[in-house]
Amino acid sequence: MASFSQVQAEVTGREQYRALAFRRILILVGLTAALCFSISADMALGPANYALSDVLSALFDPAAAANQLRVIIWDIRMPIALMAVTVGASLSVAGAQMQTILSNPLASPFTLGISAAASFGAALALVGGVAIFPGAIEYMVPLNAFLMAMAAALFIHFASTMRGVSVETIVLLGIALVFTFNAALSLLEYLASEQALAAVVFWTMGSLTKATWVKVYFTAAVLVVTVPLFMRQAWALTALRLGDDKAASLGINVRRLRLQTMMIVSLLAAIPVSFVGTIGFVGLVGPHIARMVVGEDQRFFLPGSVICGALLLSVTSVVSKILIPGAILPIGVITALVGVPFFFVLIFSNRRRSW
Amino acid sequence: MVALALADVGASYGRTTVLSNVSIDDLKGGSVTAIIGPNAAGKSTLFKRIAALVKGPGLVKLSDTDRGSRTICYMPQDTGANAVLTVYESILLSAKQGGGWRVADDELNGIDEILRALRIENLAFRGLGELSGGQRQLVSLAQALVRRPEVLLMDEPTSALDLHRQIEVLSFIADLARRNGMIVLIALHDLNHALRYCENTIVIANGAMAASGPTSDVITDAMLRDIYKINARIENCSQGTPMVIVDGAI
Repeated sequence: MASFSQVQAEVTGREQYRALAFRRILILVGLTAALCFSISADMALGPANYALSDVLSALFDPAAAANQLRVIIWDIRMPIALMAVTVGASLSVAGAQMQTILSNPLASPFTLGISAAASFGAALALVGGVAIFPGAIEYMVPLNAFLMAMAAALFIHFASTMRGVSVETIVLLGIALVFTFNAALSLLEYLASEQALAAVVFWTMGSLTKATWVKVYFTAAVLVVTVPLFMRQAWALTALRLGDDKAASLGINVRRLRLQTMMIVSLLAAIPVSFVGTIGFVGLVGPHIARMVVGEDQRFFLPGSVICGALLLSVTSVVSKILIPGAILPIGVITALVGVPFFFVLIFSNRRRSW
Repeated sequence: MVALALADVGASYGRTTVLSNVSIDDLKGGSVTAIIGPNAAGKSTLFKRIAALVKGPGLVKLSDTDRGSRTICYMPQDTGANAVLTVYESILLSAKQGGGWRVADDELNGIDEILRALRIENLAFRGLGELSGGQRQLVSLAQALVRRPEVLLMDEPTSALDLHRQIEVLSFIADLARRNGMIVLIALHDLNHALRYCENTIVIANGAMAASGPTSDVITDAMLRDIYKINARIENCSQGTPMVIVDGAI
């Protein structure tokens, strides 16, 4: 017969786990509520001063709102606010899975050269008028950026399929790509006209002001398709963090899972960057914040990364509007300024649960 | 009861052959077999080959099992994971591979049972990164046992444990093998542990099988001289247990 202490231990372990899982769900719900609040604030703020009640009435009853107010809320502010959410979420998930499959805390679309490649692609269009895909001149800049980002991601992807290439080698290859594309970008900037140079600099700073509903739908659609694919592999992806040998011993085809994930991550990273320019910080820090608050069980970590990335960029969008009243600062610049102090606080207060 | 046999098993990484011609007759459920040999002899590769983690010639024959891929569980040597997971989550993760999202009470009870058996309940909600090397080995063992394998391949499972824990873990494993009819293969460097806990021993040297059979027949003065390059004697202690007494390196 089990002794009292044995029975107590059994109940305690199971119940402690249930309590831990419940706490994590509560954290995710809290973060979602914060995200909703941030989106509302993002829509309420802008160079045109409207009372919150006007903004809310335009949101919930657009037909009754004044024409100008309706256009500003529905065609300008809302696409920007939602673009911040979808782009933040995409980059954060891309960073989370890059960090997972490469087992490296520095992995992100920015540090693996995908953002730098996109910048170079955009600069090719802005400076030289070179269209990598000649069919759609109107969308030359985002298309160039997307194609270069995909090329960089696929390079990393195929390099990782080569025999004897370790995850450390892949990270080094990514860093080499960053330097290569940055050098090429500098060369283009050196050769550019004053007007083209200004355009390139603005693009590389990252901006949500060019957000449109089409871009929002597109980034949202990619998220809606890819996140469930990751969710289906939640146990296997979490197991990768126990090391390749351990994951393989649990019956996971590590090589195949890493390749599949890299392919999906390439899409997730390339599309937002091609629409909004370089926003480096979210893909790196969004997942780290999620990791610190909900751990690395992908059942919680993945939604956590989605929400943290979306929240980080949404809050940044709000800050970029209020820092200098009447002006909207480039979001790529503000992201790090907002995120770094918050990140420092989290790291120093929670060192055991960071990487 | 499950049985395992190897017929001319080998393994290679790319074009480099690292293991060849390992043959073992039927290992029966309930038995504990030591895999011994110098460093880099091919012991870990043999485990990976049996667990189908590396490819190679020969045949790994399992009989009287119907549990598919979950039959064999390999517990790797490297346990240095830095995942932000609690010990409890890492064991759950091992149990749930291939399963759905929902976690049943029975599954959690199973984890509690294993934590209790290994006397590591106090570690349950510590982070993996906070553990010592020895604690990591115990957690790694828990991760393997929660899958309830019929064949357990343990790669130096006690190398980071103190002497008390080594004895405790090996006794527990030998007892578990007997009670559950599990085949256990353990890579060991401490030959006294092999003499004490393992009915059979397989010697791997230079990527090939050098000897196999009952432990007392395999671990001999001559084998220690040829394979380990040491002068040593096997003598019974006052309790009657055979022990390796090392006189020095050759």
